[in-house]
Amino acid sequence: MGSSAEEIRGHLKKYYMVFGALLVLTGITVAVAEMHVSIGMAVVIALFVASIKGSLVACYFMHLMEEKSMLIWILAMCVLFFLVLLLVPMFTIHEQDVGFMQRMNGLSPR
Amino acid sequence: MSATVIPYDVKPHPLTGMYNGKFGIWLFLASEIMLFGALFSTYVLLRVGAPDGTWPIIGAETTRGDQILNVGLAALNTAFLITSSVTMVLAWANLKMGDFKKGQTMLLVTVALAGAFLVVKYFEYSSKLHHYAVTFDEHFERDGVESRTFKASTDNGDRTIHYLWGHVEETKKDSEGTILGYVFAPDPEPGHEGAEHKKVEIQKSEIARLTTWGPEGSSFLGCYFVITGLHGLHIVGGIVVMLWFVLTGSKMWKSQPDKYANRIECTGLYWHFVDLVWIFLFPVLYLL
Repeated sequence: MGSSAEEIRGHLKKYYMVFGALLVLTGITVAVAEMHVSIGMAVVIALFVASIKGSLVACYFMHLMEEKSMLIWILAMCVLFFLVLLLVPMFTIHEQDVGFMQRMNGLSPR
Repeated sequence: MSATVIPYDVKPHPLTGMYNGKFGIWLFLASEIMLFGALFSTYVLLRVGAPDGTWPIIGAETTRGDQILNVGLAALNTAFLITSSVTMVLAWANLKMGDFKKGQTMLLVTVALAGAFLVVKYFEYSSKLHHYAVTFDEHFERDGVESRTFKASTDNGDRTIHYLWGHVEETKKDSEGTILGYVFAPDPEPGHEGAEHKKVEIQKSEIARLTTWGPEGSSFLGCYFVITGLHGLHIVGGIVVMLWFVLTGSKMWKSQPDKYANRIECTGLYWHFVDLVWIFLFPVLYLL
């Protein structure tokens, strides 16, 4: 990234603005949770706001926007693999339903 | 023979476009995404498969974590970590601008905020480890205390679970030290938080299961303690590294200021990642 003293001085204001945005978005997350919307809507809103916050941290504090595209590709692959690995077991849940039911029948507090 | 010099520790490597230390920390962070990703996946799958009324703990009326977790403390911790991310980036920025003293001060403030995060986490953990869930095989009623119930639907019809949440005030033992029962102080019913605090003696033979709200309390609490525990260890690791630079930084700054600023940048990348993980943990564990 461009990192001469003059350039960095110019970035300071940006850091404070991101800080403010992160605090406001945290407030929004808590406020939406307090409104007790439906679980589907709550998941969508919470993860959407968290994604914006995460992107702000990565882009501005970690300077990812100014890094080489190779690094961004490496990280994007990581996130992609994470999502694939998260979703693959989801497809097997139907097959496991019988197992779930059996365990629920035997749902013992002991 | 000249000493071996690690290449590209200040200037960018022509292939990667960044100094080697920075490339190294980014690759490390990529592996960290997979580490925390695996735990997030575990959490999601366990939650999707959890029978009614067992998530986040047996007897829960909704699946939201805030039934048993303290959102106020977690929001406070979120503010601590976000602020520490800003002070971290300001530490690096001040070093790059040549202001060592201000840079080190910002680093120290970051350490303090990280410490504050751990203190809050200690109180959160402590309250969980001293809180209990007791389940009974049958309906329990004594001295004005009555077990609460919930119905779990299964293929074989509804199954009723009798339970109480509260604190163990005293453990009753015989002369040989065998546990006979407990003096239990149940939590007030929802909506009656100001009610008189009752106590009841429960025989051990009446209890089907007694656990704390620790990792063994439920699948959710297991996930909560593992994920936040691992995150907490990352915080401790960050504190150790930052304290090291606070204490020893001036020596390197005098001889190689650019290299020192780069080390703080790498520490900062790690620290922002720890903040980033918490940004996702907070809503997922506490609010959904």
